[in-house]
Amino acid sequence: MSEYDSNKHKTGRIQRAPENFLSPTQIVDVQNGRREFLRGAFTSAIAAAGAGTALVSAAQSGSAGAFEGDPNILNLPEHSTGLGQPVAAVGYGSPSKWEKNLQRRESPGLTRVSAGSVSFAPLQGFFGIITPNGLHFERHHQGWWDIDPSKHRFMINGLVKNPKVYTMDDLMRLPSVSRMHFIECGANTGMEWGNVAVPTVQYSHGMLSCCEFTGVPLSVLLEDCGYDKRKGKFLLAEGADGSGMTRTIAIDRALDDCFVAYAMNGEMLRPENGYPLRLVAPGIQGVSWVKWLRRIEVGDKPYATKDEVLHYVDLMPDGKLRQYTSIQECKSVITTPSGGQTLLDKGFYNVSGLAWSGRGKIKRVDVSFDGGKNWKSARIESPVLSKCLTRFNVNWQWDGRETVLQSRAIDDTGYVQPKINQLRAVRGTRSIYHNNAIQSWKIAASGEVSNVQVY
Amino acid sequence: MKGAIVWLLTVGSLVLSSPATAQERFSGIGRTATPAEVAAWDIDVRPDFKGLPKGAGSVKKGQQVWEAKCESCHGTFGESNEVFTPIAGGITKKDIETGYVASLMRPDFPQRTTLMKLSEVSTLWDYINRAMPWNAPKSLSVEEVYAVTAYVLSLGDIVTTDFVLSNDNIAEVQKRLPNRNGKIKWSPLWDVRGKGDVTNVACMSNCKQEMKKISTLPDHVRDAHGNLAEQSRLIGATRGVDTTKPVATIALAGRVVTLAAAASPVVAKADASREVTNTTNAANLAKKYTCTTCHAVASKLVGPSHAEIAKKYAGNVAAVANLMNKIKQGGSGVWGAVPMPPHAAIPEAELRQLAEWSLRGGR
Repeated sequence: MSEYDSNKHKTGRIQRAPENFLSPTQIVDVQNGRREFLRGAFTSAIAAAGAGTALVSAAQSGSAGAFEGDPNILNLPEHSTGLGQPVAAVGYGSPSKWEKNLQRRESPGLTRVSAGSVSFAPLQGFFGIITPNGLHFERHHQGWWDIDPSKHRFMINGLVKNPKVYTMDDLMRLPSVSRMHFIECGANTGMEWGNVAVPTVQYSHGMLSCCEFTGVPLSVLLEDCGYDKRKGKFLLAEGADGSGMTRTIAIDRALDDCFVAYAMNGEMLRPENGYPLRLVAPGIQGVSWVKWLRRIEVGDKPYATKDEVLHYVDLMPDGKLRQYTSIQECKSVITTPSGGQTLLDKGFYNVSGLAWSGRGKIKRVDVSFDGGKNWKSARIESPVLSKCLTRFNVNWQWDGRETVLQSRAIDDTGYVQPKINQLRAVRGTRSIYHNNAIQSWKIAASGEVSNVQVY
Repeated sequence: MKGAIVWLLTVGSLVLSSPATAQERFSGIGRTATPAEVAAWDIDVRPDFKGLPKGAGSVKKGQQVWEAKCESCHGTFGESNEVFTPIAGGITKKDIETGYVASLMRPDFPQRTTLMKLSEVSTLWDYINRAMPWNAPKSLSVEEVYAVTAYVLSLGDIVTTDFVLSNDNIAEVQKRLPNRNGKIKWSPLWDVRGKGDVTNVACMSNCKQEMKKISTLPDHVRDAHGNLAEQSRLIGATRGVDTTKPVATIALAGRVVTLAAAASPVVAKADASREVTNTTNAANLAKKYTCTTCHAVASKLVGPSHAEIAKKYAGNVAAVANLMNKIKQGGSGVWGAVPMPPHAAIPEAELRQLAEWSLRGGR
């Protein structure tokens, strides 16, 4: 990490611009074009800054009071004075070398076999609602493959008039839809049922992503095969990977908004995300979005697959296991600032986060800056779509004192995101799945943000 | 195909909302699957055993397959917790009678094994058939799948060691599954229009906050996920925290750098599952007795850092006793003029822990 050592890259460390020290009358003077006093204003600003956090340029200038300006402005950089790189230098573009800190990462000790594991998306670095394809979270049950799309087949059988086989060519000729939806693993935030367990939003909430998916509605395909509308109540979706991943889908869900997708964010699916075909089951936990989808069977009963009986079951305090708990209920989290980060200074911040609901649209997000005592509604950024991530922002002046930040989402059914103690009161601490609790981030006086649970 | 068109045209007005038939709309797309193709892929087995191929396999045969293909990951008796969570264990004869696994009700029970959770025997058969062995899925014969299923069931005494599992008797085995009654199909989280089972109200001001239970990450696991400074962007409103360094105790207060007033009031919740180390104990004591106000692990605050103390007294056999005395009595002069106040109330055992910890450099 030497090149990207954050300690060596403090270029963004806030040093107040001299304008901040102007009085309202001086600002009016500047606006009126009277700038002759500015040098004097800078001089007093430097003097006020004190030795501890002197402006960069003050030290460089050699004498306090001789502030000429930021060397990044005064000394023209190489990229302003030389010739840059040609087009198509990189056939498929990559992020800037300065962005290498944002990677999908495993949580140490969570799983023991990396082919049956999860990598978390770095939510702390995302903007808006779309997840870059290379940072989409991964969950594989028996390893991933890069399947030859010309050899991939998709079959529909079971309670249908005409069981059919489709090639990718066939599917890509059919009427398509493009829709933006979040995908969240049912176990997202699962490590936090009992107590705080992980340091950052990447590990606490990073089994979450959101893309524009393109594909063919299941309603079109089921109609094409003449499915049995009277007896057909459930679908089995099955993957072509070693695990033969299988999940039961209710047919009313399937007909409503599920589709088989071949594309995400304008390009074909990434291999880790099911290339060339996956199921998109909006609002339903990620395990049901079967990757490398090879088959849909129409049936009249649920299938009780391994991931419906042994995993993705919620253990209740009475020892009973809830099966088929599929809907991802309304949830939100502040991503900036978030755990494992440190604020640069006191003063203004745009607190930003994500909200979503598996039952519909986000109606409102409230943010508390005092550990849940008082709340303020955040700005909801467009688009606001059903079963899709929604970005919220809210202004905040940090006074430098220790406090706790929380966000609380409300969806269009009126459901209010619960507190962790409210979840525990009903479901105990051992259910692993479907933890949609309000997240708390403690801000220490040092500016360090950490994961805490308060209620 | 022709039959399908006739059927659709006949009843189309009843079942189709669109005017044209599917075949007319999507001519030339897809084709009818052959019976052999459907048979090759339609391998799922349902709880009512629809899809289960005819066949049989013995526990004895299952043990042979197990030792050759399963044991290396799952252990001889399905007990291994090395590669995957254990398959066997945690069930009793009484569970087989009641159909409820009693150990699932115990929060202190360390594992949830496959046999504790299993509510459908079809699930076990289907999964072994489609996904096992781990590195060669779908390679077992029908007999081998029956046999391995039988062997796994024998590990929980659900069947006897001379049992031969078959499509004829598998429904009887289902009636002996320890957790056959321990499941709930929870429709509020299955139906998109369901009402959740947990409710909150959107209070906006002066909301009730208990603030009693506060859970934080213990400092000693702060770098368990690597250096967080390397996991956040290098520009913007925040930076990742450098977790290779101790928790910062300096408050950000604009241009005036001041010490934090006191140790953090947020108290780490005791975590019984995690062994609390001596270091954590001592670090907590340092907070409790407000040592942290003046002494940090690596950097000089009001008094010397623990690193400096460790360096100064390295190899000094009397250092622990001297330091215990120093903490108790207080004093000044060794590190400068600022006096350290006496701490007469600290018990002997805790004094020793603190002194030893400080002489280890706070590690």
